[in-house]
Amino acid sequence: MKRFGLLVFAIMALLVPLPTHATAQPLKVVASFSILGDLAKAVGGDKVEVVTLVGPNGDAHVYEPKPADAASVSVAGVVLVNGLGFEGFIERLAKASSTNAAIVEVSKGVKPIEAAEEGHEAEAGAADTEQHHGGIDPHAFQSVPNVRLYVKNIAEAFCAADTTDCDRFKANAAAYDAKLAKLDADIRAAVASIPAEKRTIITSHDAFGYFANEYGVKFLAPEGISTDSEASASDVAKLIDQVRADKASALFVENISDPRLVNQISAETGIKVGGALYSDALSAADGPAGTYIEMMQHNVETIKGAILGS
Amino acid sequence: MYELLIGPFVDYGFMQKALLGTLMLAVGAGPVGVFLMLRRMSLAGDAMAHAILPGAAAGYLLFGLAIIPMTIGGLIAGLAVALGAGAVSRYTIQNEDASMAAFYLISLAAGVLLVSLRGSSVDLMHVLFGTVLALDTQTLWLIGTISALTLVVLAIFWRGLVAECLDPLYLRSVSGIGGLVHLLFLVLVVLNLVSGFQALGTLLSVGLMMLPALAARFWTSRVETMSLLAVAIGMVSGVAGLLISYHLELPSGPSIILVAGLAYLVSLIAGRRGIVQSRLRPHRHRVA
Repeated sequence: MKRFGLLVFAIMALLVPLPTHATAQPLKVVASFSILGDLAKAVGGDKVEVVTLVGPNGDAHVYEPKPADAASVSVAGVVLVNGLGFEGFIERLAKASSTNAAIVEVSKGVKPIEAAEEGHEAEAGAADTEQHHGGIDPHAFQSVPNVRLYVKNIAEAFCAADTTDCDRFKANAAAYDAKLAKLDADIRAAVASIPAEKRTIITSHDAFGYFANEYGVKFLAPEGISTDSEASASDVAKLIDQVRADKASALFVENISDPRLVNQISAETGIKVGGALYSDALSAADGPAGTYIEMMQHNVETIKGAILGS
Repeated sequence: MYELLIGPFVDYGFMQKALLGTLMLAVGAGPVGVFLMLRRMSLAGDAMAHAILPGAAAGYLLFGLAIIPMTIGGLIAGLAVALGAGAVSRYTIQNEDASMAAFYLISLAAGVLLVSLRGSSVDLMHVLFGTVLALDTQTLWLIGTISALTLVVLAIFWRGLVAECLDPLYLRSVSGIGGLVHLLFLVLVVLNLVSGFQALGTLLSVGLMMLPALAARFWTSRVETMSLLAVAIGMVSGVAGLLISYHLELPSGPSIILVAGLAYLVSLIAGRRGIVQSRLRPHRHRVA
């Protein structure tokens, strides 16, 4: 018995970190979905430990938090969320975990755009209104200039939580910002190579409003801004009309949503599905969109390839 | 008038497929719903619809959003619950509704667990709510085959089924096929729910099975007429629901079921055996 007590003590001593080590420990960061997780790693480097709630290929619109998520949030130093009503679950989760961490909306300073009128009306009757936030499109990260703001906000949030490594965070953020600037230029160049009248494409849900605004590609979708609405027959018919009138030149499915409707439109109009776009989540690390930059490159290459190939 | 009623179906292939799908569904589901109701198992259909979920989810997890694995998985799970509940009620003291409740709750929980195993990649609701607008040729063949099979089985075992509904003890006393007929019928229920699952999703496919049958009950007491009427109401609901969805920009599945619900309410009030008629002739005894 005595030996057992000693053993327990030994294990406890191993498990409980001594207070002197606490300062050297990396800052614990919780990111609500995979894209933010990637940005947080880029800014924090090895000084932060990032936990991502909605993982690769997951859909944050309809995510159900698990107890482990509440546990991560409760010990976190910083919680990063997209804001703009993207994560319907985060408020309840923060309350449930009674965390002391600052909940940082990284989209702060982004100029929000209205959700496209179409699918959104269809979902006005949907039960969960908190996800849709009065018609604001939350997918601001589809525009690179917005993400440069995100990165700035993340660096500030990290500095507020961990002043000792602040210079490091600022340096990382600046380096990443340079990459984003190049990405932005690349996307503009790629879009410029597509003839202006061909820049209309169809995806399964309305996640590309900011991309459309920023880069001048028009997106049409049978589902609304969130993935949890159901399309009406007239929504689908209108899209088919668009294709028939030669207004839309390519069709895409997304990694997070139901491909069946898009496949049906493809069968009806004879336009082949041009590939998968990554809208609200990254792919697995070894996939085509393992990081934010890879995701944007993949999307724009896929769009360009499908339109010019048609 | 043409624009209102026929145009949508002529102009768009997906509307034709949706129409064909709902019409075929109504043919199979109507009579099955009538028998479910006559056996006082109206809620069992709902329970069975939930029971399909883990099988469909397993098929979805292993093979993605593909129709054949999800159908076979749903079929296996549904049959396991139906046969399990049937067996328990036959060999123990528990009634069928009790054992059905136990089995379907286990099955539903297993289904939700399976779906969340894959994170929430592609919303669970899209698995639960199929969409009639996305029916492809393969799915139409599946629905058509199941409806045809349903009609054949019903035609062969009609007398047995009617006898089992109205007086199961009598059937058991004169023939040994009572148990067989009951099992076959449960298989038919599961088959039709699985076929409706592709078009309307697990929850709404029960609607196309039960509401037309319940509405038909207010008009006639003959099982044959009731079945035909249920099929007709189901078909009309399908067409009207699709047209409403097209013209008023509403989701298709709920529109179809709500039209069927409306048919039920109208029948409840105005039907030959409905509220008004039975009040007008209070002295006549009801005929079963």
